Amino acid sequence: MKLVICAGPATTGKTAVLRHIISRLLDLEQRPAFLKIDVQFAEEDEILAREFGIPTRKCYSGELCPDHYNAMVLGDALEWAGAEDCDLLLVETAGLCLRCSPYVDGGLGLAVLEATSGMNLPLKVGPMLSLADIAVVTKIDRVSQAEREVFRARIQDAAPEVMIREVNALHGIGIDPLIEQIEKTPEVEGQLFLRGNPPVGTCTICVGKKEIGWQSHFGVIRALDNQVFYRGQ
Amino acid sequence: MIETITIIGGHARTGEPEPVEKIDLKMGDVVSIVGPTGSGKTTLINDIELFADANTPTGRRVQINGERPLDEYRNDPSHHPIALITQHTSFLSDLPVAEFLTTHARIRTGARPQVEEMLERTLAFANQLTGEPVPLDSRMTELSGGQTRALLIADATIICDTPIVLLDEVENAGINRSRALELLREHRKIFIFVTHDPHIALLSDYRIVMKGGAVTQVLRTNEDERAVCLRVGQLDEVLSRLRERIRLGERLTAGEAEVAA
Repeated sequence: MKLVICAGPATTGKTAVLRHIISRLLDLEQRPAFLKIDVQFAEEDEILAREFGIPTRKCYSGELCPDHYNAMVLGDALEWAGAEDCDLLLVETAGLCLRCSPYVDGGLGLAVLEATSGMNLPLKVGPMLSLADIAVVTKIDRVSQAEREVFRARIQDAAPEVMIREVNALHGIGIDPLIEQIEKTPEVEGQLFLRGNPPVGTCTICVGKKEIGWQSHFGVIRALDNQVFYRGQ
Repeated sequence: MIETITIIGGHARTGEPEPVEKIDLKMGDVVSIVGPTGSGKTTLINDIELFADANTPTGRRVQINGERPLDEYRNDPSHHPIALITQHTSFLSDLPVAEFLTTHARIRTGARPQVEEMLERTLAFANQLTGEPVPLDSRMTELSGGQTRALLIADATIICDTPIVLLDEVENAGINRSRALELLREHRKIFIFVTHDPHIALLSDYRIVMKGGAVTQVLRTNEDERAVCLRVGQLDEVLSRLRERIRLGERLTAGEAEVAA
């Protein structure tokens, strides 16, 4: 089973890009499955199932951070795709927190960014961009060519290792290089690992401890006089 | 070296084959694309810019020197041999002008001393086209329509310095278009203008005529039209002078727009 994880801010065109990818994969007689991870609302699974007749699913992370939820459910999702007799799982996830990234070692990571967003966006999205394999730039028809070139340079400055591909997701132009990369991606197997280190996750408040006062907490502790120390296992 | 671009016809909106099957554009040609609104002019230049290969809705193919263009052009826009100046009259980029131009010049050239010199030339070029000089420290998004257009043309000519320049309706957005044509003609490139302006169309070596999404004719500017072009230029100048005086808050007097036949 191959694994392709596609992240990117809301409304950047992730689904439009994936729609063209699915269409080309089907032309190549591959069998993709699609999983959408969102926080509270998504209908891409129904749309793509109607359009292509492929196995699709969605799941809502709800009170969990979507990248955290992704790490929880991805193993099950790969099994599901296998049971559906698919050979590739496409995961679309809302990248929200910008401290984590959803990409997995051995899988292909796509970060979808729109050319119409600010020139500082590549600096703001952190590991969602820097740990991706490919930055897919959408909405290139909405800006001048000069802006396209400068936006690309801003991505290169923020994430020099990441390959950049511009696409026109309206007409499906620029999709072929993405398909080439998917074809080169190996199968994932065994224990999978997140590609990036998760952020420091010692927040006792997040896990529900309500007591006031540092004495009741553990992990990274900070008192009024601002000394930082660690108390834990 | 790019010597020719070839456009191989696709199909009209009806699905019928495009009447003009093949157009060769040669280095140094100045070409206009004319036709009613919605006839497919912008789509044609987008096909050229994307190096369509029967993979766009029109089914056209575009070749360079008779061959399919290198993938490298599409993969890295800083090697792209085409600069496209779209109808955009506002930037979405929120960088200050100087930082934007410096970044662009850096990726197009690489060498730092050149970058500063380019920045100055680009600004000087732009300021000849617009009434209000472009301030280097203002944000791109704050520029007026005319300043944006002027800067895009200057950027495409000086910084991109590509052998092929596509200009979509430069006559809009209040820049000095006669001056723009003069300045552009100093550079040997293939210029393709999408235009509704008779002066630009007649100054071109030939014009591509479009209807219903397809190229229906290619008309070379003939002797008669060259004579008409001179006259159109004079009329244009009269209009420019009137426009400028109105802009400056002056009053016009009776008979001022009459032109000697």
